[in-house]
Amino acid sequence: MEPVQTPPQPPVTVPPTPPTPQRNPLRPGKKTDAAEGTATWAPVDRVGLAICWALGLLFCAIAVAIVVYLLVQGIKFLRPEMLWTPAAAGFSESETGGFSDALFGTLIVAVLGIALALPTGVAIAVWLVEYGRPAALARVTEMTIEAIAGIPSIVLALFGTVIFSSTALGFLSRTSEGVVFGRSFFAASAMLSLVALPLIVASTREGLNSIPRHVREASYAVGKTKAATTRRILLPTCRPQVMTGAMLGLGRIIGDTAIIVVLLGATQNFAPVEGVGFPLDYLRGAGTTLTNFVYEASPTGNLNQPQKAYAAAFVLLLMVLALNAAVDVVHRRARKVGTWSH
Amino acid sequence: MEEQLPQEYGPKWSDQRVERMLGALVVGVVGLLLAMIVTVFVRAWPSFSHNGLAWFGPGGNVDDQLNAIFLSGQNGLEYVYTFHGWPLIWSTILITGGAVAIGLFCALFVAVFIVEFAPEWMTNVLQPVIRFLASVPTVIYGLIGVVVLVPFIGNHLVTEPQKASVAGVISLTGYSLLAATLVLTVMITPLMVSIFSDGLRAVKPGWLEGSLALGVNRWRTTWKIGVRSARPAIVAGTVLAVARAIGEAVMLAMISGSVGFAPNPADGLIFIYEPSRPLAPTIVKNIDQLSSPPANATLFAIAAVLLFSAALFSLTGYVARRAMSKYGAA
Repeated sequence: MEPVQTPPQPPVTVPPTPPTPQRNPLRPGKKTDAAEGTATWAPVDRVGLAICWALGLLFCAIAVAIVVYLLVQGIKFLRPEMLWTPAAAGFSESETGGFSDALFGTLIVAVLGIALALPTGVAIAVWLVEYGRPAALARVTEMTIEAIAGIPSIVLALFGTVIFSSTALGFLSRTSEGVVFGRSFFAASAMLSLVALPLIVASTREGLNSIPRHVREASYAVGKTKAATTRRILLPTCRPQVMTGAMLGLGRIIGDTAIIVVLLGATQNFAPVEGVGFPLDYLRGAGTTLTNFVYEASPTGNLNQPQKAYAAAFVLLLMVLALNAAVDVVHRRARKVGTWSH
Repeated sequence: MEEQLPQEYGPKWSDQRVERMLGALVVGVVGLLLAMIVTVFVRAWPSFSHNGLAWFGPGGNVDDQLNAIFLSGQNGLEYVYTFHGWPLIWSTILITGGAVAIGLFCALFVAVFIVEFAPEWMTNVLQPVIRFLASVPTVIYGLIGVVVLVPFIGNHLVTEPQKASVAGVISLTGYSLLAATLVLTVMITPLMVSIFSDGLRAVKPGWLEGSLALGVNRWRTTWKIGVRSARPAIVAGTVLAVARAIGEAVMLAMISGSVGFAPNPADGLIFIYEPSRPLAPTIVKNIDQLSSPPANATLFAIAAVLLFSAALFSLTGYVARRAMSKYGAA
């Protein structure tokens, strides 16, 4: 047998691999990076795509219209002094003052509501993710949170009238001749915190679930208890998600009207309780917020001062836009921190 | 000498204790929900027991009935509970159904557009827009509806002969089913879009690629494979939107017309211009009657109906989402 002489191979040159597209390589690409145009599509499909474009542009147009309309009306009717003048009784829009009480009312309700909802929501989320025993209770809790998210706020408000009118909770609102009024900043904020609760729980759970198991194990391995791990490692890590949830909840609290109309008393000014020390007298008293002011000042409301309604709605919209922008910033920062390697 | 441990290692923050404290809080929240359900139904009971199933049926003028109920509680007379809520229920069904039907159509197309077909700049515009529309307070939608949409419908869409044809029954001013449905659609569509697009993004890429490899174009692949496998998300989003729409009170109180009247589709297209008032706005409009015991019971009965239907819908959504995670598309 003659040994087979292999001829010298020319050096294999590996062609440089083409760079993979960075944006989501797992999906069939979008229109911009797809080889396929719409030229080969059946006419029906192209009509469908046209509907997509039309609806997408329509929603952009609606959003722009809302912002521009309120911007124009707001600039026309908003006077800076409205922000620090309380509402007053009068016959024309020039006599009825501003809406400072409503503005401060919104701030009070936001602070109190989130102060109640945030610790509760985070605690529930921690229990669900880190403890969650017995499993049946965990399932029931999930369903409870789901149900609270679906309950109309007007029903929460009616329930609030029952619990805060009870004599036991009389110290949270005004009491006259043994009858508890049951409408106060405390009452409204407590019910509003239920509106924000599901958002905070969902967001915090998402954050906790995204932390891989080995992080917890590393912490247990150096002797930390579960409670300490949660407090020192897990919660600081998912702070962006907690903040996102809190701000989404804040948006819902600021925007809710039904609970305010029912549980904050039908006034346009602060009505502090007499004979109580400073912050408590206001918090136990009735008041108003921007949403309630817009509702009452709109042409269908009791005040019917559309110009002030525009101005207040403009301020409210600015708050919502600012919150949206803040959520965006936190979200982006959370993504920049990076994901865990599993 | 005993070493001073940080507080969190001491008996005060031991694991068992923390677990028990958190568990107590969770039980408390669950208990609160149960208490709410029980309270609402107990308070509602007089109204339901006096009317029986007729509560849900038609008969007489609802607004007159509500007024009589309120007055009977004020004057120390015998309490009156007679209430036939059909016009309110029918109005809720029409407005919610209309808004969800239109919203479902729009949201499907917009979600498909965002996930699959929009160029990147369009996605970057559309996503914040959807998030913004979802976060606008309802009272602002109500205000814009009252000052823009309602006058437009009243002055330009409703014709004089139409106004004259129903003049004896009801006045067509623009506060209408149409206005309420349109504004509600804009309110709930963003909610659906965000849940739908999450579902569409979670579809397994391999399934879509398989279809594409067979030569099916991207449009049909998206609808036949993507949308179909995201069905649980679509059910969940729709159901949440229904729950939100049923519970919407303030915006509808502003623009639905606030008349206890049941628009009849058999009258022809004019019914979309007719005013009505769904269940939730009825509570808002009559909230100052809570001090009258029979009126209180009636309002809680309305709340009980809302609570029941909203809970039903959100639990359906919960079940649908659990099913979704079973398919691995969540």
